[in-house]
Amino acid sequence: MFDIYLLEAAINGVLLGGVLALLALGLNLVFGVIDVVWICYAELIMMGMYGMFYLVSVFHVPFLIAAVLSIALVAMLGVLLHLLVIAPLLNAAPINQLLATGGVLAFLQALATVMFGIDFRNLGIRMPVIEVSDMYISYARLLAFGTALAGMVGVYLFLSRTYTGTAIRAIAQDRQIMPLMGVDSRRIYLITSAIGGGLAGLAACLLVLQYDVHPFIGLTFGPITFMICVLGGLGNMIGGFVAAFVFAEIISIGGLYMDLEWGYVFAFVFFIVMMFIRPRGLLARNP
Amino acid sequence: MTRVVPARPMNRVLPARLMNRTLPCVVGAVLIALPFVYHAPYPLHLMIVVLIWSFAYTSWSVMGRFGLVSLGHGGFMGVGAYGTALLWNYFHLTPWLGVPASMAVAVVLALIVGYPCSRFRITGHYFALVTLALSAIVLQVATASRDITGGSLGYTPERVQGVAGVLAFQFSDKMTWYFVALGVWAVGLLIRWRVDHSMMAYALEAIAEDEDAAGAAGVNVTAEKLKVTALSAAMTAFAGAMYCQYQMFISPDTVSGISVSLQMVFAAVVGGIYVLPGPTVGAIITILLAEGLRIFFGTGALGWDNLVYGTLLVVFIIFLPQGLVGAAWNKLTGGRQAA
Repeated sequence: MFDIYLLEAAINGVLLGGVLALLALGLNLVFGVIDVVWICYAELIMMGMYGMFYLVSVFHVPFLIAAVLSIALVAMLGVLLHLLVIAPLLNAAPINQLLATGGVLAFLQALATVMFGIDFRNLGIRMPVIEVSDMYISYARLLAFGTALAGMVGVYLFLSRTYTGTAIRAIAQDRQIMPLMGVDSRRIYLITSAIGGGLAGLAACLLVLQYDVHPFIGLTFGPITFMICVLGGLGNMIGGFVAAFVFAEIISIGGLYMDLEWGYVFAFVFFIVMMFIRPRGLLARNP
Repeated sequence: MTRVVPARPMNRVLPARLMNRTLPCVVGAVLIALPFVYHAPYPLHLMIVVLIWSFAYTSWSVMGRFGLVSLGHGGFMGVGAYGTALLWNYFHLTPWLGVPASMAVAVVLALIVGYPCSRFRITGHYFALVTLALSAIVLQVATASRDITGGSLGYTPERVQGVAGVLAFQFSDKMTWYFVALGVWAVGLLIRWRVDHSMMAYALEAIAEDEDAAGAAGVNVTAEKLKVTALSAAMTAFAGAMYCQYQMFISPDTVSGISVSLQMVFAAVVGGIYVLPGPTVGAIITILLAEGLRIFFGTGALGWDNLVYGTLLVVFIIFLPQGLVGAAWNKLTGGRQAA
């Protein structure tokens, strides 16, 4: 039987998947190249959302310029994160790097609490809702989906068509050899951190249209982003892309039959079940 | 079981014996005597809270010290707290039975997540992220089933008065609570000490160094990891139940989720995960810091405590990864691995 609500949920799932895929892409890129997990990734997004909020609502900067500035801001945060926290730990145990970025997570959350307070804030921009044969599709989500896809294509072109992009992919494949081939790995790490941060910034510009920003918003996106990356195989960008849509559909359709929170629960349970079946990621060969 | 005692140079034997034998007795005696001498309600409350969290952090470190860095312990803690409270309110099952039941649930969860992890060699950051899913699930379930658990508004076990309080594991007297918490904490340290000095520790250390080599040497990698995971999960669930019974109020954010998991890791790392008193010292530092900032700044302190210990965590991991107690111990014993 054809169910219009199911179709609506499925379409919303696809739209959500685009944004989740963008979130996962930045994290995957950083992991693939530098071999660290930024546990504080969602907190970088939160900072970007605050950047957008202050630029647009307080300083009345036009939306597009504010978006560019916010992306630059978060890209800079990514570089700072790398220089201050990751670089001194490059040769430490991987788990120490993860814990250090966990410290940054707490730091950024607290910083936002201290600087901006715990109020929920939003841009106050009401985006129209498109109605297609009884289905309601939010324009903000459509825009987010389109921009996320464009962003991903941009990153793909950058990685495959430019010299720096090639160097980045090469470093991801062999960390020891590339410096011998004349690639300055420190520079590549900085560029990767900046791109990773920039993608978080782009995600922030899109999410701020749909969600209120508050210091703990990172906890809403964080776990799901990590799970998508692990489900797709950490560092595997195509895997992450597929996993993002699978996750989004589960959340969206699960949320249709029960509360949205249960949609998340289903997605997390699915994740754990998948760890039994494909522990190295959706697209990986079985061990 | 005989314990292998590594040969030590003579001049190092004395401080080590002092640390291992005399110090615990002195500290224990002081802690038992303390509330009789000084029992203002607020410091006593702080000490109880420190003891409960010390036990939780120690429970985490039981597996954390072998490189099994779990971010799922917020989940176990939540299961312990909510399990006990729900069984008491809905089925009037005394916590004396409800706590073991909740611990059993936590162990089952730990095995469900732990089995694929140890079987398929999911280690390091993979392991941390997979276990993170577990604490996220518990948080979401506790929040989503708000008809039963009260959702994010929190939950309170039904209070009883008088003698029935013993059955309900509720004590109105802070002195009683202090001794309960002290006993639990001491048992927690004892368990960790036993694990550190068991054959299991040798196996797990070998696994942490090199899984393949350990497996080839005849260590059952999966079984050893699952044993220590189950133990750690059960202890953490117990800590959650203790917290619930003492505070008489739990909410998804205070007993489960990533924040709680990270908080456990922070405190343990700051104190030092490789030394027995490390997590306890971590608990003392983090809780006193939070309370101190709260008193100093008043309500304006919102966030300042996390700002300080987020920074501390980063600084510690970069400059002092063995933690405060670990560094002090290394100084005293000349770099030997702590007991």
